[in-house]
Amino acid sequence: SNSSLESNLEGLAGVLEADLPNYKSKILRILCTVARLLPEKLTVYTTLVGLLNARNYNFGGEFVEAMIRQLKECLKVNMYNEAVHLVRFLSDLVNCHVIAAPSMVAMFENFVSVTQEEDVPQVRCDWYMFAFLSSLPWVGKELYEKKDAEMDRLLSQTESYLKRRQKIHVPMLQVWTADKPHPQEEYLDCLWSQIQKLKKDRWQERHILRPYLAFDSILCEALQHNLPPFTPPPHTEDSVYPMPRVIFRMFDYTDDPEGPVMPGSHSVERFVIEENLHCIIKSHWKERKTCAAQLLSYPGNNKIPLNYHIVEVIFAELFQLPSPPHIEVMYTTLLIELCKLQPGSLPQVLAQATEMLYMRLDTMNTTCVDRFINWFSHHLSNFQFRWSWEDWSDCLTQDLEKPKPKFVREVLEKCMRLSYHQRIIDIVPASFSVLSPANPVCIYKYGDESNRSLPGYTVALCLTIAIKNKASNDEIFSILKDVPNPNQDDDDDEGFTFNPLKIEVFVQTLLHLAAKSFSHSFSALAKFHEVFKTLAESDEGKLHVLRVVYEVWKNHPQMIAVLVDKMIRTQIVDCAAVANWIFSSELAHDFTRFYIWEILHSTIRKMNKHVLKIHKELEETKARLARQHKRRDSDDDDRSSDREDGPLEEQIERLQEKVESAQSEQKNLFLVIFQRFIMLLTEHLVRCETGGIDVFTPWYKSCIERLQQIFLQHHQIIQQYMVTLENLLFTAELDHHILAVFQQFCALQA
Amino acid sequence: QGTRYDQERLLRKSCTLYVGNLSFYTTEEQIHELFGKSGDIKKIIMGLDKVKKTACGFCFVEYYARGDAENAMRYINGTRLDDRIIRTDWDAGFKEGRQYGRGRSGGQVRDEYRQDYDAGRGGYGKTVQCQ
Repeated sequence: SNSSLESNLEGLAGVLEADLPNYKSKILRILCTVARLLPEKLTVYTTLVGLLNARNYNFGGEFVEAMIRQLKECLKVNMYNEAVHLVRFLSDLVNCHVIAAPSMVAMFENFVSVTQEEDVPQVRCDWYMFAFLSSLPWVGKELYEKKDAEMDRLLSQTESYLKRRQKIHVPMLQVWTADKPHPQEEYLDCLWSQIQKLKKDRWQERHILRPYLAFDSILCEALQHNLPPFTPPPHTEDSVYPMPRVIFRMFDYTDDPEGPVMPGSHSVERFVIEENLHCIIKSHWKERKTCAAQLLSYPGNNKIPLNYHIVEVIFAELFQLPSPPHIEVMYTTLLIELCKLQPGSLPQVLAQATEMLYMRLDTMNTTCVDRFINWFSHHLSNFQFRWSWEDWSDCLTQDLEKPKPKFVREVLEKCMRLSYHQRIIDIVPASFSVLSPANPVCIYKYGDESNRSLPGYTVALCLTIAIKNKASNDEIFSILKDVPNPNQDDDDDEGFTFNPLKIEVFVQTLLHLAAKSFSHSFSALAKFHEVFKTLAESDEGKLHVLRVVYEVWKNHPQMIAVLVDKMIRTQIVDCAAVANWIFSSELAHDFTRFYIWEILHSTIRKMNKHVLKIHKELEETKARLARQHKRRDSDDDDRSSDREDGPLEEQIERLQEKVESAQSEQKNLFLVIFQRFIMLLTEHLVRCETGGIDVFTPWYKSCIERLQQIFLQHHQIIQQYMVTLENLLFTAELDHHILAVFQQFCALQA
Repeated sequence: QGTRYDQERLLRKSCTLYVGNLSFYTTEEQIHELFGKSGDIKKIIMGLDKVKKTACGFCFVEYYARGDAENAMRYINGTRLDDRIIRTDWDAGFKEGRQYGRGRSGGQVRDEYRQDYDAGRGGYGKTVQCQ
């Protein structure tokens, strides 16, 4: 309750004031940290600082100085999100009579003037604009009362900046491509609308809890400090500004007709609530139970439909592009905890949200659909897969490639992975059998007597017996020698040439024998690693191994994924081979299936981690050499010569080569992927153009969004290749549909 | 074996989790799907009945990165797999022999003396069954 908060604050202020002589620096440090890391409790702590300033003017001054120092530090090390919290804290200190309003306005004038800088990225100007605008819900009233002319000028400068800034990046970040029922607005546009409305309402803001109002009589007696003139640190090459965002909206006041009214999308209350809920998640994401409890105890519970806000904010983060702020599985368990704490109300809101998301699948970004699939299937697995599937029977009449039936198919497949095939058959109505996943059994082409006419059949039988009798790699090689090569003329004196039949017989037989579980298959890969390496030595060999794996396990995508992962890690195949296999014609039928993209992105991530790992090794070895030099310099021992550096320097040279080779492999992987996308999409576009059919098929939407997904999910690495991409692949001759994706990506950090 | 200090150090650096309260019918594939949500899995070792050599309701999950194991502790521990609330705990690291139950009958100790009926874990506890 408010009165206990007030008496707590008063008591705390008294205690801290007494402690100031002995613990001043500690108190300063703690308060600065709180300002940076607990933005959801902003006004509580600004009130505390206000009370302390009233009792001890010098302390107030030192605190403001410490905050400015901290702000400069944050900006220098690219901690822009925390810097916003500091700016907001400072602006609320105006309300607590700690900082004089004119000096705050002056700081904001310096912020807004960043938009006049030349040759700086737009995202830099965006941040300073955001820091200014997002503080106004707290301090707009006070600043306008004291300096209305200056504020009007700032607001008109803001308006002209927002009008001229480019927004090419927006389509890439929108969760839905449709504007109905709620437009997906760019974050600065939305905030500007909210501030304009706030100004029209004469800066009346009623949602924020302001404990300092109760202490007005004390605080207005306090002497205020002037902020020192603040020059925004200049843009450097190392500056990395936050990415632009699109505001996610899925609810409005019509969705909860019986409860309190949900603040409108352009109301400042909506902004403040969303900001605070996001901050709570940011503070407590590591502890799901605390996080759920903190979210549900957000003040104003009976005046706002809190459950709807919470669900909207959580889905906003889950669906955020390029990536969610936190690991996806956190959101699943957070929602489960919330359901546990509010069993009478939250599950219904969640069901309503799920239904709404399903209804709008046709225009949902493919990456977001992936996340929806993962969330929904995992969520169901915690609630015995109970769902009213019949409500979704509308999807049964649609083409299976359309988003709704596709979504249901992928969800059922994921549900099966968390349970077993028969369970899925049991939980859906019989009419849904067309969408049910295949029974994940292995397909062994040499299994039946009826297949004995197939080339390699006898060798397969031989191999089976040999492997069951614990044959060695050498014995396997000698059995395989008898396999004829269908590419007979390619048989040159190299010795080990590409023999697709050998690969087929060996891989089919081995995988079939090891089909029982993942562990059995991994053991098989390990035991016969030598055979694999030899057969898959060439690029064609690697591709063929992947093809055979697919043929054997096409009913069990999960098995394909773990086998591909293992084969990359044990260097039976390389990442480029996997990329080429994914774009091959054999896989065209499965190209839009979720598991294919999981495999590709997992492959890219492995490549990225590999490069980082070797780089780290190199840096560590260089550091060791540097330490060795330092020791020698301080020892001043002439006997120890540069000979000691020998082994380390050799190691560094080797690692340097390794890093360069890995980076080159990494770049090549991305180039292969982009190249294949361009080929595939161009083919489709040309076919549509000459045939006079509409380009926008479900396949096309999926494919172009998968291309976007590559850019977004790995944007930091891809930034390094911009010149190559621009000059080699995404040139002006390219179809404008494809080029647009590249241009949107460039606009993200421009 | 090893001092308590060593044990604690191993736990602090470990990338391996012990997973308990599994159903006897839960497969390696299901475990891989669920625990894969917090990161790339290096290895799964199913817990086996020492006599029957069949699954007896626990396993070890080893990740490549400690951070991924930490996320499993944060977000998979205490949620359901195969409709059962499973429990995860830090493990000092798999050693040969630790994949077997240590109960007298071959399964886990907790299934020796259990009084309740648990369909996913062989029904009644072993001592109850022998009555």
